[in-house]
Amino acid sequence: MLRLKNINTYYGKVHALKNVSLHLGEGEIVTLIGANGAGKTTILNTISGVTPAGSGEVLFRKEPVTALTSDKIVKYGISQVPEGRQVFKPLSVEDNLELGAYLRYRSREDRAVIRRDMTQVFALFPRLEERRRQLAGTMSGGEQQMLAIGRALMANPRLLLLDEPSMGLAPMVVQEIFRVLERLRRENGVTILLVEQNAKAALKLADRGYVLETGKIILEGPSAELLENAEVKRAYLGKDKKEIWER
Amino acid sequence: MRRELLKFLFFAVLILAAPLVFSGGYLMNVLVFVGINTMLAVALNLLLGYAGQISLGHAGFFGIGAYLSGILTATYGWNAWLAMPLAALVVGTLAGLIGFPILKLKGHYLAMATLGLGIIIYIVFNETVDLTGGPSGLSGIPNLSIGSLVFDNDFKNYYLIWTFGLAVVLFCVNLAGSRVGRALRAVNDSEVAARVMGVNARILKVQVFALSAVISSLAGSLYAHTMTFVSPASFGFNFSVELLTMVVIGGLGSVYGSFLGAALLTLLPELLRGAQDYDIIIYGGLLMSMVMFMPGGLVRGLPELFRRVARRREGAGNA
Repeated sequence: MLRLKNINTYYGKVHALKNVSLHLGEGEIVTLIGANGAGKTTILNTISGVTPAGSGEVLFRKEPVTALTSDKIVKYGISQVPEGRQVFKPLSVEDNLELGAYLRYRSREDRAVIRRDMTQVFALFPRLEERRRQLAGTMSGGEQQMLAIGRALMANPRLLLLDEPSMGLAPMVVQEIFRVLERLRRENGVTILLVEQNAKAALKLADRGYVLETGKIILEGPSAELLENAEVKRAYLGKDKKEIWER
Repeated sequence: MRRELLKFLFFAVLILAAPLVFSGGYLMNVLVFVGINTMLAVALNLLLGYAGQISLGHAGFFGIGAYLSGILTATYGWNAWLAMPLAALVVGTLAGLIGFPILKLKGHYLAMATLGLGIIIYIVFNETVDLTGGPSGLSGIPNLSIGSLVFDNDFKNYYLIWTFGLAVVLFCVNLAGSRVGRALRAVNDSEVAARVMGVNARILKVQVFALSAVISSLAGSLYAHTMTFVSPASFGFNFSVELLTMVVIGGLGSVYGSFLGAALLTLLPELLRGAQDYDIIIYGGLLMSMVMFMPGGLVRGLPELFRRVARRREGAGNA
């Protein structure tokens, strides 16, 4: 469904992604794990057109989308939940959700469809419905994350890009959010690319994973395999970690 | 939406009834200017309060509108009703073309770029003497007229200006509550998030910049035809800052706030006339205390103040 071929992305002179290639099958949940600054967010931003690739190719459903601007990419059915949630704080929950459907307003009928989609988002996250008129900035981190996901869903995506949805949230809330992701795949057939630092939780949810280090993919495979991989365990899962004096 | 309509109707009735109370005299003339300044402040607020993009050059767009209308009618004998939309079109195109490169800039850099733009326009007004009359100005601009009705006194002008003023207010209130208004506020809050929602932030910013300039140009044309005389001094950097002050004092992101700001800043110099040379001190002090104690502007600060006073009264009653 999505394929990245030899992507190189630069921030000015900084070479952030080095020949990154990866793919996602229809209905798959794939996770990208790696340390801070490894280039996880850059991969998502390259796919969504926020920081376009310097070279290489992005194919979505066999069509090249590499050089498209971000609004065109949203039209193709790729929707991103940006890092740190970035809900529109001075706007109400409802207005945030309507913004997610920004490109879908064309006729009166669309309004009805968008209303219906909004009730679906409320069904996924009942807490958002209770707070529909509240300003997004006044909600808790977990609620804002739910809103950010709901907002992305309002674009009716085939592929959802999530950037560290667990960041700064209580384990209970993370569980709740991950359950929703699972449900989205099962019931709506949404394909998910999940960037996470919480490698353990992400690998438990995902079918496959890629491990990224300083802009390069160093490891890939089914989640179960990665969970057992000694290198992954040491670097990202915190098992078999030895303090300096124990070595 | 119904509530917004009621609010607007209330506002419109208030504006249309004002001459019944203040009719005649000098105040009427000042209220005409409140109308023009309201249009300008509302226009700038779209850009600054909603989209979060600063402009220190809006007096320039105001001026181009005024001069184009003035030159086309006074020098070339055009019909004023034709000159006005043409001026707006020219200013809109100009703002669109300039907006593309400069709206890539953010914060202080955008402020500097628009400041430069305003200064360039001001210099052009001064230097193209053959066209604009230079520093001594351009006179003989005809009043607007419909058939035999000539808008040649303050009373008539009041209703002329406020017809446009109310239309601008209604348009901006609608825009603010629409999908586009939401997108503007989204761009203001987080441009990246707005972009991944499918908002083409770059185009949207240029569009709102051009729209804001068009409204300013319209206000400029109306100004020229009411004053029948224009000179560069009205369109300098000071006036750009004054507009900015109106928007901030009234309240960023509130259309009616812009009216309050425009009304206050237009009336205040008149009220302070008795204070003679000290008016500028009072003016400055007021500005400083506004920013310190009512950062949300009059439109949010005043209700808050009333609530606080009411609560204190209640407290005193109980004690």
